[in-house]
Amino acid sequence: MGMTMSEKILAKHAGLERVEAGQLVTCKLDMVLANDITAPPSIKIFESIGRPVFDKEKIALVPDHFQPAKDIKSAELAKIVRDFAVKHEIVHYFEQGRVGIEHVILPEQGIVAPGMLTIGADSHTCTYGAVNGFATGVGSTDLGAAMATGEAWFKVPQAIKVELTGTKPAGISGKDVILTLIGQIGVDGALYKSLEFAGVGVKSLTMTDRLTISNMAIEAGGKAGIFPYDEITAAYVKDRVKKPFEPVAADDDAVYCQVVKIDLSTLKPVVAFPHLPGNTKRVEDIEEPIAIQQVIIGSCTNGRLEDLQIAAEVFKGHKVADGVRCIVIPGSPAVYKEAMKRGYIDIFLDADCAVSTPTCGPCLGGYMGIMAAGEKCVSTTNRNFRGRMGHVDSEVYLAGPHVAAASAILGRIATAEEVQ
Amino acid sequence: MKLEGKVWRYGDNIDTDVIIPARYLNTFDPKELASHCMVDIDESFAQNVQEGDIMVGGRNFGCGSSREHAPVAIKASGIPVVIAASFARIFYRNGINIGLPLLEIGDDVEKINADDKLRVDVSTGVIEDLTTGDVFHAHPLPGFVQEIAASGGLIEYIKKNK
Repeated sequence: MGMTMSEKILAKHAGLERVEAGQLVTCKLDMVLANDITAPPSIKIFESIGRPVFDKEKIALVPDHFQPAKDIKSAELAKIVRDFAVKHEIVHYFEQGRVGIEHVILPEQGIVAPGMLTIGADSHTCTYGAVNGFATGVGSTDLGAAMATGEAWFKVPQAIKVELTGTKPAGISGKDVILTLIGQIGVDGALYKSLEFAGVGVKSLTMTDRLTISNMAIEAGGKAGIFPYDEITAAYVKDRVKKPFEPVAADDDAVYCQVVKIDLSTLKPVVAFPHLPGNTKRVEDIEEPIAIQQVIIGSCTNGRLEDLQIAAEVFKGHKVADGVRCIVIPGSPAVYKEAMKRGYIDIFLDADCAVSTPTCGPCLGGYMGIMAAGEKCVSTTNRNFRGRMGHVDSEVYLAGPHVAAASAILGRIATAEEVQ
Repeated sequence: MKLEGKVWRYGDNIDTDVIIPARYLNTFDPKELASHCMVDIDESFAQNVQEGDIMVGGRNFGCGSSREHAPVAIKASGIPVVIAASFARIFYRNGINIGLPLLEIGDDVEKINADDKLRVDVSTGVIEDLTTGDVFHAHPLPGFVQEIAASGGLIEYIKKNK
C-alpha cells in the first residue's frame, strides 16, 4: 500500500521505510520555530533540560506578535528572546526592521522548503504545507524540548484527500477556497488528520492562494495541510531555498480516510460569521446589510504581496467609508517595500487606510486595532472566536482581500463586484 | 491517582482565546494566567474555582491557538483533570506535556452536568458521576504517551530517559 505526502515526510524523518496512520514515531526536525509569546516559556523549558541547542541554524525566532513592543511586559518578552538568540548565536533571529509575520517570512526567505519537517510554537505553522513540507503547531514544552533534542514525537495522522477540480474564477482567492472547505467539513472536521490537496484544480492556485489555504488547515482541526510539488512550487522556491531539498508526492494507492471534492469554478466570495471559522456564508446570500466599523487586511493568512495587490486594485479611486477604519498590514519588510514600489501603499493612503509595520497585532487582539463592545470587523485573518479581536461583545467576519477591501469602501459586508 | 471534585461544565469548541485571552499573554506566570482563566465566558470561574474541581467540555475542547498558556492557566487554577467529548490536537499534546491529564469520553460527556460531583481514576480512565451514579470509561492514552503522562510531563520524561 502506498503512502500520503505526510506519511512519506514522517517516515523519512523517522528513519523508516514506511509508516502508516496511527503509528507513533520519533522524528528528526529540520526547523523549529517560536515567536515572542511562545519562545519565552520554551526557553525556560529548554534551560531546565540543561543541554546546548541542537542546531543554531535550525531554530527560527520571530518576535512578531506583540512587537514593536506594545507594553513593558511585552518588551520583557522580546528581551528574553533577543538575549537567548545572541547567547546561542541563533541564525534565524529577526530583529525589528527585518522581522515580518513568521509564516510570511519563513517561506519568503526559503527557510522552509519542500519535504521538510517543521514544528512551530504557533498553531499556524501548518502554513508551510503550501510548499510541500510537513509542518505543524505545538506548545512551548514540545518546542523547548525540541530546541535541545532536535526531535519530536508524532502520531502519523490519517489523511483527508481534498480533490480540487475546475479553475479558480476571477475575484476568488485561496481564502474563499479554505473557508468553503471548513464550512463543508466543520471546525473539527479534520481533527488529528492531515488535509492533502490534490487534483487538476491545484494548478489554478497561486503560491499565495496555497499559503492561505494551508495556513487555515488548523481551523478545521487539521494537523497539516499539504500541497503537491509542481512547477508553481518550483518557481517559488527557486531563488529562495539555498539548501538541497527533496519534494514528496502521494502514491496513487495512498490510503485516505475521507475524500472531499471542491469544484473551484463554482466558488463565490464567502465570509465566516462569528464566532467560528466554519460559519461560512456566501456574501450574495446575506439578506440584511451588515454595517461594519473596522477592516483588517494582513496577517499570516493574507499579508502577502498578492493580497495587497488584490486590495489595492479594489481600492483604486475609492475611499474608506465614513465611520469605518481600515488597517493594512504588510506581512514582511519585503512585501512592504514591493507594495510601495508598485504604488499600492499610495493607493491605501489615498483611500484613507492606516498602514502599519508588519505585526500579528490585531489578529489576536494584541494591539493595533482592538475593538470596542458592539463593533463589527471584516478581517482577512484566520479566527473569529468570541472576543478574539477585542471586547467580548465585538464581532469578527473572516473574508479574503477582495471582500475586505470592498467592505471597507461600502461600509458593509460586500463583494468587489458591488464597488463601482 | 484518584480525584474527586465538582464539575465546571462548558460546551463545544471552547477555544484557547476563551481559556486565556491574548491580552493576558504578555506574561507566562501560571498564577497570573489562572486569575484570568475563562474570564470572557465565565467571570465566576477564576473567582470561585476550588482546588480539585474538574473541568468538563464538549467537542473540540482547546481549539485554536497553540498557546500552552491555556492548559497552564487551567492547571494553575487548581483543576487536576479535564474531561471532554474530544480535544483539539495541540491542546491535547500540551496537556500531556505539562502533566495535566485529559480524558476523552465522546458523547457520554452529555450526561455530566454542572456542579455534579465526579470521582476520576486517571490511571484507569474510569469516571464515576457520584451525583447521578453514571460510570464512564475514557479512551486510553496510546503507547509511550502513557509514559510521558505517568512521568508528570515531557520534561521529566526526557530527564529520566537521557
